[in-house]
Amino acid sequence: MNRHVDNDLSDLKDLLLSMGGCVERAIDEVHEGMINKSEKHFDRVREQEKAINKLHSKVDKKCLRILARQAPVATDLRLVLSVVKINTDLERMGDQCMNILHNARDYMAAGGSEVPKEFHEMKRQVRVMVKTALDAFVRQDLALCRDVLDNDDVVDDFRNQIVDSLKLKMKSNPDEMDIYLHLIMIAKNMERMADHATNIAEGVIFVITGDDIRHGRSMTEPS
Amino acid sequence: MAHGEVLRVEKLNAFFGAFQAVKDVDISVKHNEVVALIGPSGCGKSTFIRCLNRLHEEVSGARCTGDVWLDGKNIYGPGVDPVLVRRNVGMVFQKPNPFPGLSVFDNVAVGLKLAGVSKKSVLEEAVTTALKKSALWEEVKDKLKQPGTGLSGGQQQRLCLARALAVKPPVILMDEPTSALDPISTAKIEELVVELKDEVTVVIVTHNMQQASRISNKTAFFLLGELIEFGKTSNIFTKPQNTKTEQYITGRFG
Repeated sequence: MNRHVDNDLSDLKDLLLSMGGCVERAIDEVHEGMINKSEKHFDRVREQEKAINKLHSKVDKKCLRILARQAPVATDLRLVLSVVKINTDLERMGDQCMNILHNARDYMAAGGSEVPKEFHEMKRQVRVMVKTALDAFVRQDLALCRDVLDNDDVVDDFRNQIVDSLKLKMKSNPDEMDIYLHLIMIAKNMERMADHATNIAEGVIFVITGDDIRHGRSMTEPS
Repeated sequence: MAHGEVLRVEKLNAFFGAFQAVKDVDISVKHNEVVALIGPSGCGKSTFIRCLNRLHEEVSGARCTGDVWLDGKNIYGPGVDPVLVRRNVGMVFQKPNPFPGLSVFDNVAVGLKLAGVSKKSVLEEAVTTALKKSALWEEVKDKLKQPGTGLSGGQQQRLCLARALAVKPPVILMDEPTSALDPISTAKIEELVVELKDEVTVVIVTHNMQQASRISNKTAFFLLGELIEFGKTSNIFTKPQNTKTEQYITGRFG
């Protein structure tokens, strides 16, 4: 039986996925811009960020309408509630791409040369986490959620390695402190994006199981 | 009876002739709880509550088996007078049904009079208290001698609630009490149910799931005469355990 609310929920999912697509493109473009020192790529990041902001408002409005008009319950309610949160996570990821853009430009302006190779692998890992989280949302797949949660530690390790190696460089080249600080900020923003991907996976787990696994709760622990 | 329990239903089966409307239902209700019964039309929820005050057996060909314990006494035990049961388990029906020809006052006092109370001051105090509890006093205090049937639909339903409350039953059953009322009158009844639970246990049948989620502590989902799920209302409407409950409350059938 096709329910009236199904059309609304389907539209809501489509909107959120469009937003996810924009975030994925923004991550790719900001990384390309950083590697190639290319304003063309940075312009595309700005475009994506604008689109993300528009969709952010649209998704919120849609959620409000569904809550007000359909009064969803059970899985439907958990879905709308999670979309409200995932929407914020995606919007923040757009902001983080912009933060990386600013830091990358400042890094270049301060005379920074090539971005260290660890950043490529970290970006690849973050990108996989975002894609997997969005796939988990589309397919409502618990195994994919678990993959995202497991990968968060990997990204944290990357961040720690990068920060440790940059600290050493700062000590040996104190004159270039500014340059390295920009790189640390970029690593920090990438790590935050991984956290948002993790939040998305936790939201999807809540939709599927009704369990809130945030803040150290396990997937089997009763809520 | 377990601690705090006011009503316990054990292996309740209800029949209309050969047709079985309620199948093997076990349920336990605690003092001061509001329990909502939900389920599609014909699922047995109204028949079920009519077994809780022995009204079901008034229908020709109807019977039930099983036990219903009210404050530790089996209402289906040998020699139990159904009329006394109904004094302890009040009922408000879908359509307001004040007694025609009786004044507002007498509609509320009738239960006490039938129970043998005749002292005017006692009756006056009981009627006033019941009308205040049902949030009708301010609207009818100057119309106590007018016929109850002259009130609006929402007022008549609150009058029926006052009538039920006047004899101070531990349990009140409500069978879709707001389905014939406008949204404002509905809201008043809902507020009353929530307020009254401090002194009375309410079992309410409703087709309005929002109503069940707004006012009840526990919700029971019935389907084809069976109790499918019974649990905290907040859990039933956010994380039901049974797929059939999930499908029903999200409108996938029914």
